[in-house]
Amino acid sequence: MELESLYQEVILDHYKNPHHKGLSAESDIQVHHVNPSCGDEITLNLVLRDGGVQSVTWNGVGCSISQASSSIMSELVTGKPVDEAMRVLESFSELMASKGSQSGDEEVLEDAVALAGVSKFPARVKCALLGWMAFKDAVVQVNGREEDAR
Amino acid sequence: MERVREDFPILSKVMRQGASLKYLDSGATSQKPIQVLDAERRFYTESNAAVHRGSHLLAEQASEAFESARQIIASFIGAEVDETIFTKSATEALNAIAYSFGNPGSGRLCLKPGDKVVVSEMEHHANLIPWQQLCKRTGATLAWFPITKDGRLDLSNLDEIVDASTKVVAITHQSNVLGTINPLEAIVERAHAVGAVVVLDACQSVPHMSVDVKQLGVDFLAFSGHKALGPTGIGILWGRAELLDLMEPYLFGGSMIESVTMENATWASAPRKFEAGVPNMAQAVGLAAAVNYMSDLGMDSIHKHELALTEHALNALNEISGLTIIGPNSMESRGGTISFTIEGIHPHDVGQVLDQDGIAVRTGHHCAWPLMRRFGVSGTTRASFYLYNTIAEIDALAEGIKNAQKFFKVN
Repeated sequence: MELESLYQEVILDHYKNPHHKGLSAESDIQVHHVNPSCGDEITLNLVLRDGGVQSVTWNGVGCSISQASSSIMSELVTGKPVDEAMRVLESFSELMASKGSQSGDEEVLEDAVALAGVSKFPARVKCALLGWMAFKDAVVQVNGREEDAR
Repeated sequence: MERVREDFPILSKVMRQGASLKYLDSGATSQKPIQVLDAERRFYTESNAAVHRGSHLLAEQASEAFESARQIIASFIGAEVDETIFTKSATEALNAIAYSFGNPGSGRLCLKPGDKVVVSEMEHHANLIPWQQLCKRTGATLAWFPITKDGRLDLSNLDEIVDASTKVVAITHQSNVLGTINPLEAIVERAHAVGAVVVLDACQSVPHMSVDVKQLGVDFLAFSGHKALGPTGIGILWGRAELLDLMEPYLFGGSMIESVTMENATWASAPRKFEAGVPNMAQAVGLAAAVNYMSDLGMDSIHKHELALTEHALNALNEISGLTIIGPNSMESRGGTISFTIEGIHPHDVGQVLDQDGIAVRTGHHCAWPLMRRFGVSGTTRASFYLYNTIAEIDALAEGIKNAQKFFKVN
């Protein structure tokens, strides 16, 4: 059934018990993203250290897809070098744009492959990308600041 | 009403996994009967030409079809023909009024610092943002009626909110989220007592009940064609002749002029003044066909049918534990739009599960973000009914919600 392919057990688990939810006291940057079509929101704190992602914490309201995807994203990128985290992000964006034609590289995307079914539902792709785009924005802003300082 | 379904080809569309369509999203846009589609096609196949221009037979027939559409629509809302303006949408109509009220060319209608515009917390963004931005441009103040917890306008401070400085009261006739039908009489009386004009957003009322601009006593009214069985790309702006006379147009170009020199131009009188460019002719003709379709059925029969559906829906939904109705939970002064939340399930997820059974609802903030904040929710699920809906579809909705609760293990 299509519904089960969309809402895989992994997604429902992350939705019920989201990882890294709850904002850290300190951060290099805080970003706030909104999905204007549905009103879902995410606030994300990012800490980068020595070219790596030290911590991603977030808070927000949204559907199971957006909440689970943010949870999976934060789990995936934490501890990775920034450029590797960005490659994961690119791979995920590509999966979401695939309109159901790809199943995702499990070695790169791990739990995030469970979201492959979302790409068949164009209206939900934005939900899945909300947290990822917030993370991308945060990285870009921190890096931009460092460029400016140089 | 059972027979009308045959007129709507889309209602027999097969949805995901072979499910039949249960279209409960007419508040967003209505489906179109074959009579409307035929009228548009007939315009293009038999009389297509630019209206009000040209000396040939087709131009004559096109103008005749377009102007007769105006007549049909004007009479449908109890309006004078020359006060009935075609726009591309209700959004454009509301923006047109707000624009004119910020233009010094509109004389005494133009707002200034110290003036006040009153809206309500339940407005669709289309009847909020134009006024909010107008106030920013002119230095006028925006005030609003708050909403009670059961989704009614709180008019307890009517006389303080609509005070002597108030120039415009812009209000929805029926909430696109809550289904509330607002009590206009008291508002119109107070507004006129202080010399303010009343702008009515009738997008959710004109398609569903008998609306007569003179009986309502309002000064402006806007509605969209596509929510009223008509095509997209057509809306109506109605205004009192003496106000339209004062208002500056917001679009300049062909057919809206009286005379033009290199240095200057003067305007034709309404409605032409507000219809620059070649209008959406086939869409106007289509909307007239939609209006005729509704008139043939009778607005009172349509309204009665929708009230029966709404009552059935309220009863069915109230039996579901964990479901909260956002808006009036009784049949008093409400129409066939019902918003609700389900404990533990986000509206998007509710909508997704319903979609699996072919049930089309709207989820999210419904272009009424401030209202969502008022109720402390990020969004709701909304079912909205129209003349083609059935009791069986509402039962399917209730069943679908229970399935969603099972799927997400919240009940």
